[in-house]
Amino acid sequence: MTTDPLLKVTNLTKTYTGSPSMVARLLGRKPVHVRAVSDVSFSVGRGEILGLIGESGCGKSTLGRAILRLHEPSSGRVEFGDADVTALSPPEMKAMRRRMQIIFQDPYASLNPRRTVGDIVGLPLQLHGLENGREDMREKVAMMLDKVGLKAGQIDRYPHQFSGGQRQRIGIARALISNPEFIVCDEPVSALDVSIQAQIIQLLLELKREFQLTYLFISHDISVIGYLSDRVAVMYLGEIVEMGPVESVLATPRHPYTQSLMSAVPEVDGTGKGQRVRLKGDLPSPLDPPSGCKFHTRCPLAIDICRQRKPVTETVGKGHSAACHRLAERLSLLEGAAQ
Amino acid sequence: MSVIETNATVAAESLFRRNMAAFMENRLAFGSAIVVVLFVFMAIFAPWIAPNDPYNTNLFFRLQPPVWMDGGEWAYPLGADALGRCILSRIIYGARVSIFIGAAVILVATTVGILAGLAAGYLRGWVDVVISRLVDILLGFPYLIFAIGLMAMMGPGLGNIILALAYKEWVIPCRVVRGETLVTRELEYVEAARALGASSKHIMLREILPNILSPVIVVATIRMAHVIILEASLSFLGLGVQPPTASWGAMVADGRAFILESWWVSTFPGVAILLLVLAINVASQGLRDAFDPRFTE
Amino acid sequence: MKDPILLDVRGLRTVFDTRAGRVCAVDGVDVIVQRGECLGIVGESGSGKSVTFASVMGLVRPPGRVEAGEIIFDGVNLRQLPPRQMQALRGRDIAMTMQDALTALNPTLTIGEQLAEMLAAHADDLPRSRSDRRRVIRARSVDMLTLVGIPSAGDRLGQYPHEFSGGMRQRIMIAIALASKPRLLIADEPTTALDVTIQAQVLELISNLRAEFGMSVVLITHDLGVVAEHCDRVMVMYAGQVVEEGPTERVISDPRHPYTRGLLASVLRPGLRGQPIRPIRGQVPELIDLLPQCRFMDRCPEADEDCRHLIDMRPVGPGRRARCIRTALPTTEKAKA
Repeated sequence: MTTDPLLKVTNLTKTYTGSPSMVARLLGRKPVHVRAVSDVSFSVGRGEILGLIGESGCGKSTLGRAILRLHEPSSGRVEFGDADVTALSPPEMKAMRRRMQIIFQDPYASLNPRRTVGDIVGLPLQLHGLENGREDMREKVAMMLDKVGLKAGQIDRYPHQFSGGQRQRIGIARALISNPEFIVCDEPVSALDVSIQAQIIQLLLELKREFQLTYLFISHDISVIGYLSDRVAVMYLGEIVEMGPVESVLATPRHPYTQSLMSAVPEVDGTGKGQRVRLKGDLPSPLDPPSGCKFHTRCPLAIDICRQRKPVTETVGKGHSAACHRLAERLSLLEGAAQ
Repeated sequence: MSVIETNATVAAESLFRRNMAAFMENRLAFGSAIVVVLFVFMAIFAPWIAPNDPYNTNLFFRLQPPVWMDGGEWAYPLGADALGRCILSRIIYGARVSIFIGAAVILVATTVGILAGLAAGYLRGWVDVVISRLVDILLGFPYLIFAIGLMAMMGPGLGNIILALAYKEWVIPCRVVRGETLVTRELEYVEAARALGASSKHIMLREILPNILSPVIVVATIRMAHVIILEASLSFLGLGVQPPTASWGAMVADGRAFILESWWVSTFPGVAILLLVLAINVASQGLRDAFDPRFTE
Repeated sequence: MKDPILLDVRGLRTVFDTRAGRVCAVDGVDVIVQRGECLGIVGESGSGKSVTFASVMGLVRPPGRVEAGEIIFDGVNLRQLPPRQMQALRGRDIAMTMQDALTALNPTLTIGEQLAEMLAAHADDLPRSRSDRRRVIRARSVDMLTLVGIPSAGDRLGQYPHEFSGGMRQRIMIAIALASKPRLLIADEPTTALDVTIQAQVLELISNLRAEFGMSVVLITHDLGVVAEHCDRVMVMYAGQVVEEGPTERVISDPRHPYTRGLLASVLRPGLRGQPIRPIRGQVPELIDLLPQCRFMDRCPEADEDCRHLIDMRPVGPGRRARCIRTALPTTEKAKA
């Protein structure tokens, strides 16, 4: 499945610099650096869904936006097909945007309230000269609306006249109308009700098949990721701590963070009860990340070396890798907790 | 709450129409808006409404009192000034000066302010630094004193008055627009437009501007009242519109010498200023409540 | 022996008069909360689950109002209670935590001040002298924060809400809600804004505190998983009505209302990979000018002409009720036979 990588990300880093206020600068305070994404490498094969999972503040959304250069990466390379996205000039980048798109989390904030659905969905056609006049544009928009399950007659309505799920469909239509190859889905169902979530996921899977799309699917919900991804990458504080085929990662999670993430999800059928790994404390501040392995402050398995040295990423199975000092002991956290 | 959300999907009317409906419900504001409209009509149709020629001097009617006082007559309903000119007619013609200058200054200032504010708020970087410093410096200028200085330097004339008042006025919409832009540029629909490959110009004018126009319009109407007072002040000081053109400020000044015996010469133009400014203020507050509920909550 | 029923809501109807018409957000809802139990309220946005309990708390503000129904808490009809007594009861006997802890806490007061306010307002065993009072309140505040798992509580009393993380703020709000040892805690989406690892901590905290204080808990949520793990009984709401209620395990293993079934089928699980999902089609109806018929009809795969009339809750098993003619059919047929 991963024979032909469409997207290749190498050592991508995104650092934000908070410039201190005038007073703070006079007092000799230095600017603050936050590494939102730290030295991340992975690739996504053509036609694949890579699920990117992590809690809020782990840098998963920043990573998605850095790939699209919505937030300019600080260092590292993003290759798409045979182009180096990070090296493109502004006009080249504009042309590239037709091929890589994004679907946003918040169906209320992501649509301009003052523009009609026709204008919103038709904008990519206008920007990239993909239409022959207004009538042609409306026709294409109407066709796209039909594809995402809206009515062509709704083309002149404003976003506030739609429900959350319908708005998300508009966002999907906008992302797909320029016929892209790759889509970053940034928590596209997190803001929706459960029954609507299922509708939208079904739609995204159908469209993927029809348009031969490749997704980077960002979510905090391991159930969603587990359901639809081919491969999954787990992020913690800006780093990928575990990555591999979804069956392998979910069946035999090797990083203690992945294990705790999975056991924290409440299950409808109550299977999660009993063996439960509870993490202590909160996510550390990214302003002052822990030394060594960033997870050591919450890890039940942490030993001295975890506090001192950063673990290297090791292969633990076919296409499955994890970064943890205690992999060698093959000590499953669940077994450890049961003892 | 979820209920509000339900309403949003129910209402098939546009946002503008909903706001307009809220505005109409505010009786006081709506009444004030009608007063403003009446003043505008008065200005436009002055030649047809005014009972006399406002420039026609007739020393025979010098300081003639209004009609309801002893010695008054219907030919000069509000009396006449020191040169025997009809006060009512001069007030009607004076509305042209006040409203035209007020509108022109606000138009120039708002246009400049919107462009500068959008550039500063969206492009950030050095553009923002330059514009924001300029705004800070101008805010430190005493408005009227500099306007007087400018008028003294440039000499009288309609264009010069507009310049002398607009030199600083643009700062106000600029600050509003910059603030709103800073908030709006972070919204996902702006990011979506960037992700689609839209240019900065498209994003500023098509995506951001329509969404921040309400507070700008509200501020513009509030400031219009202020500019009308400033113009009257300049004219009062003799630096505004030059005689014999009728201007409310100059009329108030003209009557100063006779304020004890012929109070009507100064008072009626003063009342006109008060009425128009008050009406604009009340109407604009109604607009603000209807279009920008953030201010009231 | 005390009446085992702590809260008994009957025929609650809460409406909002809006420009577009009258929105009937809660329409004929009955709720019973037993002493010491945890009741889960499940529904999507617009189901009326939050408005129901805002009505119980007397927190519905115009244009909304409680139009009909009885709200009996421990033998007292809350709808007939004078505002001042209602205010005293709120916080002392019934406490509520909100989904968004950042906006629910006062940003200008320290955590210590907010806790002290609550403790002083609702405790009657405080010493007379001011310095003693302050000492006791401080000691109790530290106890409360320690109880909800905030480390070095004494030092953190002087901090403001924004200095805490999301999970910590939710705990603080729970601490404030519990300061007066209420008999009923209404937790409105306590974990929706939180990450899963933090969510698990907060839910476990609520469960432990319920056992410790012997209070009843109403857990309002959209997450069936949360209900399955923490609630004794569950009520499923749809479009302002209760559509199914009963013991959690029974409702989840054998749902009787098509909406409950659809909701369960919409919950994704990694184990379902490759299998098609069967989401509920369509969307929640507008709560304006509703026809006298089953409200789930338009989305229901089993609906037919028989559903075009008002449908009451019907018993579908021990302690179970559902609002659907299909599930009730076996019982009626038995009655005929």
